[in-house]
Amino acid sequence: MVVNNTEKSDLKTVNKTPFQLTLKRFMKNKLAVAGVITLSLIILAVILAPLLTEHDPTKGDLMLIEQGPSSEHILGTDGSGRDNFARLLYGGRISLIVGFAATLFSLAIGLVTGSIAGYYGGRIDSLIMRVADLFLALPFFVLALTIIAILDEVTISVFVTIIAITTWPSLTRIIRGSFLSLREQEFILSAKSLGASDFRIITKHFLPNAIGPIIVNATLMMATMIIVESGMSFIGMGIPQPTPTWGNMLSEAQNIRVLRDHPEAWIPPGLGILLTVLSINFIGDGLRDAFDPKSNRR
Amino acid sequence: MKQQVQPQNEPLFNVKNIKVYFPIKKGVLKKTVGHVKAVDDISLEIFKGETLGIVGESGSGKSTLGRAMLRLLAPTSGQLIFKGKHITDLKQRQIKAHRKDMQMIFQDPFSSLNMKMSVLELVEEPLLIQTNFSKAERKEKVRDIVQKVGLRYEDLQKYPHEFSGGQRQRISIARALVMEPEFVVCDEAVSALDVSIQAQVLNIMKNLQEELGLTYMFISHDLSVVNHMSDRVAVMYLGQIMEIARTEDLYEQALHPYTKALLSSVPVMDEEDKVEKIKLTGDLPSPANPPSGCPFRTRCPFVHERCSEERPQLKERNDGQYVACHLYDA
Repeated sequence: MVVNNTEKSDLKTVNKTPFQLTLKRFMKNKLAVAGVITLSLIILAVILAPLLTEHDPTKGDLMLIEQGPSSEHILGTDGSGRDNFARLLYGGRISLIVGFAATLFSLAIGLVTGSIAGYYGGRIDSLIMRVADLFLALPFFVLALTIIAILDEVTISVFVTIIAITTWPSLTRIIRGSFLSLREQEFILSAKSLGASDFRIITKHFLPNAIGPIIVNATLMMATMIIVESGMSFIGMGIPQPTPTWGNMLSEAQNIRVLRDHPEAWIPPGLGILLTVLSINFIGDGLRDAFDPKSNRR
Repeated sequence: MKQQVQPQNEPLFNVKNIKVYFPIKKGVLKKTVGHVKAVDDISLEIFKGETLGIVGESGSGKSTLGRAMLRLLAPTSGQLIFKGKHITDLKQRQIKAHRKDMQMIFQDPFSSLNMKMSVLELVEEPLLIQTNFSKAERKEKVRDIVQKVGLRYEDLQKYPHEFSGGQRQRISIARALVMEPEFVVCDEAVSALDVSIQAQVLNIMKNLQEELGLTYMFISHDLSVVNHMSDRVAVMYLGQIMEIARTEDLYEQALHPYTKALLSSVPVMDEEDKVEKIKLTGDLPSPANPPSGCPFRTRCPFVHERCSEERPQLKERNDGQYVACHLYDA
């Protein structure tokens, strides 16, 4: 440790912000970068769906059901004569939107409750954590099936809400945990001694230092949520027809005739789920390594 | 129990009978079964422009005292009077205005800086919180203080991980002093640094004290550092002040047996300066269960009957030298 006014600290890291350092570590992880590229392609494809296909995913031609691939319908048509390729792209939209929105929703609840519990501690902490325990104790599928059975119409927002309210406690716990470990650090005391407001201390001092585990867990959670959406749609309790999702496309292919004769109808949505979830998980693992202070001197 | 070194002056900080007890809670119902008496009835006065050193071994309550004085911890009882105003019972919102005038430099330069903020953001933050300065005015102030602590202007764009311990401590100093406070608690401010760097940082702190007219409370377990920095020194043991005196008096003719033992433990180079070492046996008693009477009696070589019966009060023995010990009662 040399201290000298004119001494330049490590030349390689000059003007590297902590964010740039994390990015650098992330880029070194090949699987994670491959995940980013794959996921970007998938996202791009579902966003550009109207440009890639002219067919309406919800309207079918009943004269053309369960057709094989043709130049008009690249992946053929389903049992209602709807274009499978269009349904694949638009279905991907729904799956990704559900995964993303549910994660954001869950994260929003988790951030507020976790921050308050971890920062203030005491009675408010006990209260929040007991409520979180209560929600964690609810069996997800039973709750989701009950709500869906009661409701007349299952829209995307209802679906997202159901997933979010059953998953936020795990994020709350993670955020509270990071806050508790940061609470005794001197820089928090330092901010307090400056007279900083609670809001400032939470947003400027706690959160930027707790961001690693939060992002990693939210990313991994997103993968789970996409699976949950597919699973629910597959058993017919998810987003209802005619709105396409990868899950209900698989569900459509449940009869032996389609399974045997039309693999082009069910392999692509299955692959869509697989690739998306795998990419997200690789990205999550890459982020975990990138944020882990032990993987680099800090 | 008053130590008036400069009786003509009003003290900048007046601490009266301050106590900080941490409850010990046990069981499911969190019943309070006792208290850790981290700071037990301390009174002292700090005058404008001086440096008051606080020495004592680990667990003697030095840091707790400093934190309680800045209201980073709630004192259990007692009064804190800063610049003539009672700040003991102020709510956090009301105390914000006073924080501008009292700051703290922390011990560990690795954990006292937020790693996600650049030097500019770190040093600018106090001004953002406490003042309504424009961006240009803030930048001017930051530039000014950064130069004074010996960092370069280019360093502002860097992040803490790019600096060594000594440089980080300069950032901490700049952060504490950018608002031009009057009173600064230096909590083991150089203990985490190499000896050669300690000297540099100490000199910066001394120069800044003169330049900005600062008052320091310098907490350390290092007797030679305290000797170098302080005008007066208070010796703490188990949450109480054992002796308080002008630095030269304390180092030349310590009165309290604990102070004597502490001073004899400082290694000296010169054979002639060697004094007979007073070895203290046993450990520091638990502050949750301090000895009756004098807290030092379990380790004191001169212990007698009265020590366990009555807690000695801090009394003036020589001019400006106060001791809490029954040995000096006539």
